[in-house]
Amino acid sequence: MAKLTGDVIMKNAAFIYSEEQQTYKFSNDHPFNQKRLDLTYDLLGKCNALKPEDIIPPRLATDEELLLIHDKEYVNAVKLASKGELRPSMATSYGIGTDDTPMFPNMHEAAALLVGGTLTAVDLVMSGSYLHACNLSGGLHHGFKGRASGFCIYNDSSIAIEYMRKKYNARVLYVDTDAHHGDGVQWAFYDDDDVCTLSIHETGRFLFPGTGNVNERGSGKGYGYSINVPVDAFTEDESWIHAYKTSLREVADFFKPDVILTQNGVDSHYYDPLTHLCSTMEIYREIPKLAHEIAHEYCGGKWIAVGGGGYDIWRVVPRAWSMLWLEMTDNQIGTGSLPGEWLKRWQKDAPVELPTTWEDPSPLYPEIPRKKEISEKNSLTLEKALSHLRNEKEKLRKRED
Amino acid sequence: MIVEQIMKRNVIKILDSSTINEAHELMNANRVRHLPVVNETDDLVGIISDRDIRDARSSVFDTEEHLDYFANPVSKIMITDVITAHPLDFVEDVSSMFYEHNIGCLPIEEDDKLVGIITETDILHTLVQLMGAHQPSSQIEVLVENIAGMLAEIATIIKKRNINITSVLVYPSQDLEKKVLVFRLQTMDPRGVISDIEREGYKVLWPNLPGMSL
Repeated sequence: MAKLTGDVIMKNAAFIYSEEQQTYKFSNDHPFNQKRLDLTYDLLGKCNALKPEDIIPPRLATDEELLLIHDKEYVNAVKLASKGELRPSMATSYGIGTDDTPMFPNMHEAAALLVGGTLTAVDLVMSGSYLHACNLSGGLHHGFKGRASGFCIYNDSSIAIEYMRKKYNARVLYVDTDAHHGDGVQWAFYDDDDVCTLSIHETGRFLFPGTGNVNERGSGKGYGYSINVPVDAFTEDESWIHAYKTSLREVADFFKPDVILTQNGVDSHYYDPLTHLCSTMEIYREIPKLAHEIAHEYCGGKWIAVGGGGYDIWRVVPRAWSMLWLEMTDNQIGTGSLPGEWLKRWQKDAPVELPTTWEDPSPLYPEIPRKKEISEKNSLTLEKALSHLRNEKEKLRKRED
Repeated sequence: MIVEQIMKRNVIKILDSSTINEAHELMNANRVRHLPVVNETDDLVGIISDRDIRDARSSVFDTEEHLDYFANPVSKIMITDVITAHPLDFVEDVSSMFYEHNIGCLPIEEDDKLVGIITETDILHTLVQLMGAHQPSSQIEVLVENIAGMLAEIATIIKKRNINITSVLVYPSQDLEKKVLVFRLQTMDPRGVISDIEREGYKVLWPNLPGMSL
């Protein structure tokens, strides 16, 4: 759907994709597996939901762009590791060569391509050529300034946010719905009031990275601009969606962003092997729906979406990420049966039985003990997470009266 | 560890219509320094501390005067803006509330009803401390025999995986013959090390939940 804005014809949504995104690969048995990009791409293709003109290949991020966030020494270390020339003793201090983030040939180029993909999406949206864009290969939210962490080498979202601030002077709302706390992005903008980060995740009490408590609210002039909603293990759809909808609505209304960047990790699903939340496909229908609304309400439609976690690459990721694209393109087909051709093509490779419908079977899992208490605790957490922002709004209202 | 595991359920409390004198006596008799104040339907409406009572009484130099002050209801001097916690809150989080708000006790509420209480002393006695995880990490809990060398055994299994341990806590278990070892490990995917530990015959308490297969 093309929209006319001024003299330029604005296209609706861009899908950043190329086969080279598969080069970000630690090993055959590593849980972070980019085959999920192909599974998603193929599912959308088989649904006729992805047209050739929607697909834009990613570019490579330049060193200058990586340095918007990362230290020079760290980028150099990744380059050395890329060529197999980084000493193991050095590697440990940069968080590479670990079980989580092992070294692999050309890792610098592979990681810079994921960053470049997100920057491509940013430029398409911020220049006004497209309303929305998504780069599912991005969303590496654990990467730090000088350190790799949690499967993430370079932090594409942080770089993209800093890039939008410098180049487009934009106020950015970052919304992270991965089951793991978006620590890398949060710390990068912790004392900044032009960037607001909202992360809804499983409590860090047990789950990596351990941070993302409600009282992490930002510091200095950034106080109040980091919002965390850590939900309990075994949280289910209803409670999760309540936390998401309430927090995103209130945060957007408080912050009034110029652009929204969403990180769409899809590891809160019951099937995900690394986390302990009990969501179903339903939340992956709701997440992009509200993000889409917020983008139109506050940002003239400017919405960039990136991927993130998601470790059940067969049953969860292709459907969940496809729903994101379907929402972005106002496509209603994401219900009922999945295309038989897609199932036929991939079932032989899958170690599990592929789902045959967009929806999950109901019930998907046995009843959760203490559901009521978990929901009650999540509601209290949400209240605490939003208390500062609500107080600020109240103060503002009184001043205006 | 969550609050309900350490909270006192048998709460010494007082009705809002009781007198300050009754509160004073109740505190002395039970050797407590705080009393949650409830209404007829057991809703928490306030809290009163020994210091509030001290403030309400007259000076030690005129002990015979103004004894009638103590005949006032506690609702007149209680603090109504009470900081509370929930039974599912983590002990670590709650202990930082004590620190942040400089308070001595924390009533525990569920569905607006008073169900328990914890004090600074409870916190100290359970030797709770923040995890001290300065690096991103995942937590696992292992149940072991309460005998020498267990920590080393588990640490050796972790070492074989080349995973860095960020912090270790040793929790007592309800079963006195057992201990719970709590590790924060510098990895996002602890599945491998968990299966190594289980293969060696140890019970991993978390991640796990009875009746749930994950």
